[in-house]
Amino acid sequence: MTDLTKLTIAAARDSLRKGDITSADLTQACLTAIDAADALNAFVHKTPDVAKSQAEAADQRLKAGDTPDLCGIPLGIKDLFCTKGVPSQAASRILEGFKPEYESTVTTQLFDAGAVMLGKLNMDEFAMGSSNETSVYGDAVNPWKVDDRKLTPGGSSGGSAAAVAADLCLGATGTDTGGSIRQPAAFTGITGIKPTYGRVSRWGVVAFASSLDQAGPMTKDVRDSAIMLRAMAGFDAKDSTSANIPVPDFEAALTGDIRGKVIGIPKEYRMDGMPAEIEQLWEDGTAMLRDAGAEIRDISLPHTKYALPAYYVIAPAEASSNLARYDGVRFGHRAKLAQGEGITEMYEKTRAEGFGPEVQRRVMVGTYVLSAGFYDAYYNRARKVRALIKRDFDHVFADGVDAILTPATPSAAFGLGEMADADPIKMYLNDVFTVTVNLAGLPGISVPAGRDASGLPLGLQLIGRPWEEGDLLNVAYSLERAAGFVAKPDRWW
Amino acid sequence: MAIDIDTARRVAKLARIKVEDAALPALAQEFSAILGFIEQLNEVDVEGIEPMTSVTPQRLYRREDVVTDGNQQAKVLANAPDAREGFFAVPKVVE
Repeated sequence: MTDLTKLTIAAARDSLRKGDITSADLTQACLTAIDAADALNAFVHKTPDVAKSQAEAADQRLKAGDTPDLCGIPLGIKDLFCTKGVPSQAASRILEGFKPEYESTVTTQLFDAGAVMLGKLNMDEFAMGSSNETSVYGDAVNPWKVDDRKLTPGGSSGGSAAAVAADLCLGATGTDTGGSIRQPAAFTGITGIKPTYGRVSRWGVVAFASSLDQAGPMTKDVRDSAIMLRAMAGFDAKDSTSANIPVPDFEAALTGDIRGKVIGIPKEYRMDGMPAEIEQLWEDGTAMLRDAGAEIRDISLPHTKYALPAYYVIAPAEASSNLARYDGVRFGHRAKLAQGEGITEMYEKTRAEGFGPEVQRRVMVGTYVLSAGFYDAYYNRARKVRALIKRDFDHVFADGVDAILTPATPSAAFGLGEMADADPIKMYLNDVFTVTVNLAGLPGISVPAGRDASGLPLGLQLIGRPWEEGDLLNVAYSLERAAGFVAKPDRWW
Repeated sequence: MAIDIDTARRVAKLARIKVEDAALPALAQEFSAILGFIEQLNEVDVEGIEPMTSVTPQRLYRREDVVTDGNQQAKVLANAPDAREGFFAVPKVVE
């Protein structure tokens, strides 16, 4: 019998429908793989009982002929999603012991479609990080390895990426505020899409920067992303920024035919000091799309350089507001107080104990840029620059560009701990190619497209027009077929 | 702009995060580095540009102004570090 955990969602769906396999067997295979993969530290709260009962219910539905795409498919859920009765702590100490009394809209939709939850996945604390090293659970580890170093799976959705790449689950949810789906997908040789802002409900997802946050799928290939995105997306009255527009059948858009599509190559993404391998990968990807019949066009996105600094005003500003709710009163951790200490000491000690250093840093930077006297100089200026960044994209799309091809990351996965002494900005540079997409609210997908000299996966990013994820996925599908990336990490864990 | 120790202390206070005095110089230095990075934004000509309020042109969704849920006191309090007699409990705030 084939190893069930290695199936794609599409293949498992077809086998489940035919009755060749059961969700119970598939789920058990994943649970066994998860228990053997503690070294990856990807699953941080395992939910085998939930999984088994959901699998049993899915098998009943399948038998009755009620077979949504995800019926019986075992998934991992990022710890940022609130899941009823199951620890949901955004990888933070401040939410230790928090068990939501409600279910996020995304997980509700996945479960209604018959999906099975295997457990909660590691991530950077409050999704703030690019290496999964800020987690209260400790580092998640990349299943890819080329020497004795342990490598980062990227972040913030590092546990999701590691779990999918290591075949611990068939797919996983991720969230992306500045690149947190696409960078880890690139680091682990998997596919991840951040949809258009407003496509997927944010309700029940622990908020980091509300104007940038979007949830999306992380999967083994483009088809699986199309399948899973359809199940996650849709209007939700509980999220006032959710878009009330129909969700198409994204999988049906995957024809592989991109003849006549115009692919933009933005010159500003050719960074100084870009590794030759990344440049080569980008050129190879461009050639693949040209060979598939697309028209390649050089384009300019002049404000690209200012995306990261604008992001590092806007995201911390929103985070400082969103994270004000963690005060030791309603949920999570509360510091022990000494005799005579009052409520202010309670807030200050609780937040000092509960937030890790990166979260504290960003909350304080956000507090500063919003404080009296600096609001215009920093926050308003950043929002104006954000408008200009979006306008750059509006212009190229108006000129007929269908999608934009860029590298996903400036390097392959680096070693855990290697950035420990670097200043925070060096880590922030990981998101240099992805963060523009969040600022402009666009859909972006990372597709594995090659390997570096040491054998580590590298990804290319495609950026699409707003609400046209179907078209974007189709270009990604064409790139995926041309790149033919099939490598898997050798099992060492 | 260089952030001095007093500013770092004030920001920590505003953010309600306790920072020991000994940690303030390093914090001030980190803020200075991050703000130095952010200051690149001053190069951009933003004359006449409106600050972005919404990335998609749509108006925020509004619903009828009616009660949609309630009567879940136990659930609301279930995760509180300290709840008594149907309330969140905190240290004394008024004498």
